[in-house]
Amino acid sequence: MTTSYSRPTPLATTWLIAEREIRMRLRSKAFVISTAVLLLAVLASIVIGSITSQNAEPAKVAAVGSAIGTVSDTGQFDVVEATDRAEAEQLVKDGEVEAAVVPDDASPTGVSVIALDDSPGSVLNSLSIRPSLEILEPLDHDPLLIYFVSLGFGVAFFMSAITFGQIIAQSVVEEKQTRIVEILMATVPVRLLLAGKIIGNSLLAFGQIAGISAIAGIALLATGQDILLADVGPSLVWFVIFFAAGFVMLAALYSAAAALVSRTEDLGSALTPVTMLVMIPYFAVIFFNDNDLVITIMSYVPFAAPVGMPMRVFLGTAQWWEPLLSLALLVATTVVVLLIGSRVYANGLLRMGGKVKLAEALRG
Amino acid sequence: MNSLLELHSVTRSYGSRAVLKDVSFGVRGGRITGFVGSNGAGKTTTMRIILGVLAPDSGEVTLDGKPLAVEQRARFGYMPEERGLYPKMKLAEQLVYLGRLHGMTAAAAKQSTDALLERLTLTERANDLVEALSLGNQQRAQIAAALVHEPDVLVLDEPFSGLDPIAVESVLAVLKDRAATGVPVLFSSHQLDIVERLCDDLVVIADGGIRASGSREQLRADHSSDRFELQVAGDLGWLRAEPGVEVLEFDGGYAVFDASVDVAQAVLAKAIAASSVLRFAPKQPSLAQIFKEVIK
Repeated sequence: MTTSYSRPTPLATTWLIAEREIRMRLRSKAFVISTAVLLLAVLASIVIGSITSQNAEPAKVAAVGSAIGTVSDTGQFDVVEATDRAEAEQLVKDGEVEAAVVPDDASPTGVSVIALDDSPGSVLNSLSIRPSLEILEPLDHDPLLIYFVSLGFGVAFFMSAITFGQIIAQSVVEEKQTRIVEILMATVPVRLLLAGKIIGNSLLAFGQIAGISAIAGIALLATGQDILLADVGPSLVWFVIFFAAGFVMLAALYSAAAALVSRTEDLGSALTPVTMLVMIPYFAVIFFNDNDLVITIMSYVPFAAPVGMPMRVFLGTAQWWEPLLSLALLVATTVVVLLIGSRVYANGLLRMGGKVKLAEALRG
Repeated sequence: MNSLLELHSVTRSYGSRAVLKDVSFGVRGGRITGFVGSNGAGKTTTMRIILGVLAPDSGEVTLDGKPLAVEQRARFGYMPEERGLYPKMKLAEQLVYLGRLHGMTAAAAKQSTDALLERLTLTERANDLVEALSLGNQQRAQIAAALVHEPDVLVLDEPFSGLDPIAVESVLAVLKDRAATGVPVLFSSHQLDIVERLCDDLVVIADGGIRASGSREQLRADHSSDRFELQVAGDLGWLRAEPGVEVLEFDGGYAVFDASVDVAQAVLAKAIAASSVLRFAPKQPSLAQIFKEVIK
């Protein structure tokens, strides 16, 4: 008999399976295009954001006589000089300027502001005399920035988890539906089959997330927003690390759920519970990004930690050891889920026809 | 060297339904063994157990008398009844992949794939997606998938169903080549005429139990009752009156009758004396008849 081969190591087998998953995915135009679009969208949003913030022109304000000096002293406005009050009012009425500032001896500031239909906040603010202000516990971050960062983490996690979860589930059902799974099971141990699948798709998902993070970082640097990068950077790194572990867990859940059905058409109902699990942290972080308690809880619940903990790192509310503890918790949960998931996967694979009951698949 | 694959008292049930009850038989290397049974008799379950895809509740499968190790099972070739390959992979790419999963080096897998595609006249389809192949070509591709790693044991579930007669011949030639290297080849079929023509040995399963197993000739001999066929130029009217003869079919000069060998010889002598004998032969049962008989 020919002996042109030897028994491959489990590692080699797993990699062979993972490599096929990656190769087939990269061959899919839909996947390549959607990834490119995603990366471009991230790049565009940062570049456009930077351009619009730089191009915000100072508002035009008309000023008369001695008020001209007062307004130009603030350095915040484009001053349009008017000869008298009537001309300044006309400029306001014509919409040429946002407001007009005229000398007024009766006013404590020596000027009065004329506006069309609304009080011009920025003009009033800059011309007001304010009492001195002392903030005891200053907020580190602009609430709007917090919102956007939380949205970014939430969307990135949600999109990747859903996309790649679906891809893994499809790949499991495809093997079951085409029955090639019987040949595969007769060839390689089932757990290597599952491991290869999870590793292959996790590498892709991880690559996508790392790519997005890298592009975001580079774009922030290139557009001179390095202050923002220094702010977001550490949480971005934690996000990638948490995502790696969290995704493996979700991948195991998706494969186990998919192994319960025999046809692509039945996939939707089987995946619903897992999808819900992914959606909870997504919505929670968007609605509760200003709620410390919820974010703290999220940062320790394994399937929400990939969003919750990077948020807390960003907000600066996490102690140095907290991400490590949460990561350990996540990794431990992932191991347990992998064990249970591979059992369900192995038992579900050969059961064709209707949907296999979870309890049945667990018993074997 | 010819290997011997054996099943020893294998049982398996799904829930409360016993699918295999004390199944034992051997598959000899160097020969092609047909595995025959009605739908639901337990063929696929038996094959899955041989492959290790399913575990038996009790009993074991041995190769050359030794229990099977995982490494050995990886050297089996399997063609499942439900055909399946990755639809979106190219044919050659897929065969190379399967070969490598079985442990071949990339180069050896490529070489074996090329040779098999050539033999199965699929070379022109090497770079086609599997889903784009015609049904007959998919079937041949499936056989190539079972053979690509030059298996030590070959198990095929209904390999000939859906093949045209020419394809049957080319597939059979490949299987015979493989068997000639000493490999046990087991294939199931419910097309009894094909089994009768193709296989050296036979295993008959019914209702989860083995009803018969052995070489085709042996089975025929075992199940041929003392039945003879006689055709003469004249009339055989006198045959009914012969002592110890039971006539089953009669048509002028043609008759089928049951009799002991001695009585049959006497009948033959008488027939020769009466007129010229055109044909006299023991009537061998067809596989279909044996099958019907053993599964009763």
